[in-house]
Amino acid sequence: MKSNLLMNFTVDKENSTVKVKREFNASLDNVWSAWTEPEILDQWWAPAPWKAKTKSMEFKKGGRRLYAMVGPQGEEHWAIADFTSITPKSNFKYLDAFSDSEGNLNKDFPRSDWNVNFSEQGDSTIVDIAIKHENLSDLEKIIEMGFKEGFTIAMEGLDEIFATRAK
Amino acid sequence: MMKRDIFQAIADPTRRAILVLVATNALTPNAIADQFNTTRQAVSKHIKILNECELLEEKKVGREIYYQLKIDKMKEIDKWLAQFKEIWESRFNQLDQVLMNLKSKENEI
Repeated sequence: MKSNLLMNFTVDKENSTVKVKREFNASLDNVWSAWTEPEILDQWWAPAPWKAKTKSMEFKKGGRRLYAMVGPQGEEHWAIADFTSITPKSNFKYLDAFSDSEGNLNKDFPRSDWNVNFSEQGDSTIVDIAIKHENLSDLEKIIEMGFKEGFTIAMEGLDEIFATRAK
Repeated sequence: MMKRDIFQAIADPTRRAILVLVATNALTPNAIADQFNTTRQAVSKHIKILNECELLEEKKVGREIYYQLKIDKMKEIDKWLAQFKEIWESRFNQLDQVLMNLKSKENEI
């Protein structure tokens, strides 16, 4: 089942926001569960070969999810999500942060503000995510370069140069 | 000194132009500066930043220094950019699978 599911990845530089939109071939109920129940969330949140491991999760306004991204060598990167707003089967918002295994915030990294929207569209469900950063740091610089248009083209040009040189 | 941010280095249009110049030819700082309407000082500052980011390869020929693009580093950036999107794609492909499993469980009941 490899269909043409919609996926958008854009960056709104003015608002320091990364936007990701994806369509899922599933009911709103199931998609909502997959995003909000730790046992299901852990099955997909970490991109392979990493695995997500939720230590605790209280899915309610003011509640927190404490979880680790576990690497192939067993290395753990802990993070938290503090839920700031929940509208069942429609939207939830949270502030993320890096932390230790006890949930003590790592203040060296800024937090970002996640807004996750769910909507039904026929047989499928659209998830629309906006991740607002305090400042885009690295990411912003990429956008300044006109990542999509300019830089991709520049890179293609460089690829050609690399290819010629390699000969 | 904090290690320079590579993406900060290539955020500046003059620095990007310098990279494009030295991608094809090894050039001296003077030859690079000739291509721009800014002062030599300004250009040499840009070169310094790019060099600190290890984006340039330095070659000494006699008394002249030539700069050339360090290819490996640029490929690294390219990869890094693609990773953003890939992380999400990989995540979502896994979620597709999870959702399919949920659906088949529903059908069993």
